[in-house]
Amino acid sequence: MTHGQSEFHPEVLTRLTGAEILWATLVGESVTDVFGYPGGAILPAYDALRKFPIRHILVRHEQGAAHMADGYARASGKVGVAIATSGPGATNLVTGIATAMMDSIPMVCITGQVSSKVLGTDAFQEIDITGITLPVTKHNFLVSRAEEIAPAIRAAFQIAQSGRPGPVLVDITKDAQQATAIFDFAGAKPRAYAPHPMLHCNDQKLHQAAELIRKAERPVILAGHGILQARAGEQVRSLAERMQIPIGMTLLGLGAFPASHPLNMGMMGMHGESWVNQAIQEADLLIACGMRFDDRVIGTPATYATKAKKIHIEIDPAEINKNIAVDVALVGDLREVLEQLLPLLPGRDGSAWLRLIEASKGTAAVRDIRNLPDSGHLYAAHVMHDLWRITEGRAIVATDVGQHQMWEAQYYHHDFPRTLITSGGLGTMGFALPAGIGAKFACPDREVWVIAGDGGFQMTASELATIAQEKLKIHIAVINNGYLGMVRQWQEFFYERNYQSTPLVSPDFVKLADAHGIRGAAVRKRAELENVVNEARAHDGPFLINFMVEQEDSVYPMIPAGSALHEMIRRPDQNPLIETPQDS
Amino acid sequence: MLHTFVAYVEDKPGVLTRVASLFRRLNINIISLTVGRSERTGYSRMTIVAEASDQAGHRIRASLYKLEDVAEVDDISGISAVTRELALIKVAANAENRSGVFELAEVFRARIVDLAPESMMIEITGVESKIEGLIQVLNERENRVLEVCRSGKMTMRRGHHTSRVLRAMGVSSEPSASDSDRNVLPTVEEPE
Repeated sequence: MTHGQSEFHPEVLTRLTGAEILWATLVGESVTDVFGYPGGAILPAYDALRKFPIRHILVRHEQGAAHMADGYARASGKVGVAIATSGPGATNLVTGIATAMMDSIPMVCITGQVSSKVLGTDAFQEIDITGITLPVTKHNFLVSRAEEIAPAIRAAFQIAQSGRPGPVLVDITKDAQQATAIFDFAGAKPRAYAPHPMLHCNDQKLHQAAELIRKAERPVILAGHGILQARAGEQVRSLAERMQIPIGMTLLGLGAFPASHPLNMGMMGMHGESWVNQAIQEADLLIACGMRFDDRVIGTPATYATKAKKIHIEIDPAEINKNIAVDVALVGDLREVLEQLLPLLPGRDGSAWLRLIEASKGTAAVRDIRNLPDSGHLYAAHVMHDLWRITEGRAIVATDVGQHQMWEAQYYHHDFPRTLITSGGLGTMGFALPAGIGAKFACPDREVWVIAGDGGFQMTASELATIAQEKLKIHIAVINNGYLGMVRQWQEFFYERNYQSTPLVSPDFVKLADAHGIRGAAVRKRAELENVVNEARAHDGPFLINFMVEQEDSVYPMIPAGSALHEMIRRPDQNPLIETPQDS
Repeated sequence: MLHTFVAYVEDKPGVLTRVASLFRRLNINIISLTVGRSERTGYSRMTIVAEASDQAGHRIRASLYKLEDVAEVDDISGISAVTRELALIKVAANAENRSGVFELAEVFRARIVDLAPESMMIEITGVESKIEGLIQVLNERENRVLEVCRSGKMTMRRGHHTSRVLRAMGVSSEPSASDSDRNVLPTVEEPE
């Protein structure tokens, strides 16, 4: 435990209030930043905060607090902490907690609760938050005595980080915060972490897996978020390089394996590159590493990689055979499993298969928007590509949900782990801005870009005030196409262009930024892009760029929901753009 | 198919909700659920019977284990086990037609545990079909069935006991002093 300059020594046994115990325990758990919003039932805790070396970031909405804690955790690998009051404060956290649950993000949320004497009486701002969050947390606690605070918080940290990580909520009654108890940090240590009893990876299974890998002619590694969680990037790289196996990435896996690596084919799934999906469909062996065969990745289970044997390396036994039946399941920590597996794999010549994949790229690359002549229009894909080029792929990028998220995944090539912060499982609009703020607090020296659509940005745009108050140097790119773009795209493809409720009138985002004292500029042409981006990067403070992009652009390739991976809608040969309402 | 799970869970508020919520989330109906104290202090034992697809057993067991309050889960679907249910059945009976109920109870190895001027209460233990058999025969008589209270299924594997919790915790399964007054029988250890 290191908290060097901390004035507070949790090892000393003293009688403290529950509120003080809360902060002291957080200090003991090496927490330095919490994101929160005060209120009646959590006021005793806020009152005690000044005595502890913890920075509190005041958010503008509790959903923002949860997403910031989430972004903090994703960028740093540490546990993110959010704090809110009872009732509406607690319920506002729920979307953020669910987002973290779906993406297995370690997070601890602390909520105030009405006094234990009035629990269950529908007291002012009372809500059953442990009941509400039960399905979206890994675990939660209702704490009504000061003595229970330290053990609950410590257990919460252990649960949040262990096994498959996830969010934990600790609901603390106001009287528990006010009462006193002996603070014993060491004594509050939870019982030793017990791994899931159904973890299963013995020699026989390892040999089976190794045999499949050695014999495979067309193997593909499916690289997921678990690589980051298990810190198994090196092991996956060894597996790929030694056995010459190409890699397809999930959305949340991006960055876990360098995009520029010759064996990295790119992203798979609904908006993955055609050759990646094709390679998966043609493969005779899939090696799934820390991914869960999400429906956005497999299309339909019945048509998914029917020629392939499947090896699933996964820490959560409940994921085995859930969506896709597998031949060999190695259930355990990805890094540990790979370290046992690698000695059984001597090496292999995979060049024939790699050449086949290279050939299958065919015209797809030619039709890529980067290779089309400049039509004077600004495409979102241009923005992503140029941002990647200008930042040299080194920025931490927090994206929202929708078209821009997919374009970012396709055109911002992540070579470094924990540089893409995005809501994959839940697909939470409004995630990018607060998550980017969280990432900036986790990595203050890194360049952070928030990329959001005009729809999602407005869901949590109030956090601009948080950026202004904290004087954060964050760059915000609003990809503004005047539509809820991904919904519009579905309407175009599957609902006969019935653009019901997707056109969007937005405020002038540059003026909105200005109202917060944040500088901004609009970009309408690609020619203007680089100068403005460089101006933003050079500016000593936050900067918002409103990218006015092509309105009816669509993300290609696309696998329609319920179709097989090889039934993707490919990039059209010609410019797909139809006249926009503005043009006519 | 019918799945039967035995789970050892911490004896704390909210645990039942967590377990039940897992089945609810999967849209699986719990057919029978019994909970009671177990041989281990602080742990309750649940027997859960649910109708789910053949493949669901693995996922349910794995998901139950993911609950922090669940210590051990055994899937004993299709495994040699003793299953019992307890039922209390109140039937209408007066001085004229009581004797027939006594005879029936005898045949079913049930007991009469209450006798009132207008009714009798039968206690019966056994497998589901036996209890249903008694109810059916009662319904065929003039003794109307007034109330039925069934405990739900309780199941235990035959032979060696299955509680890996005890072994994992490194504690003997001998009853502690506090357990003895609860009439807990010592469990059989698996020979290692």
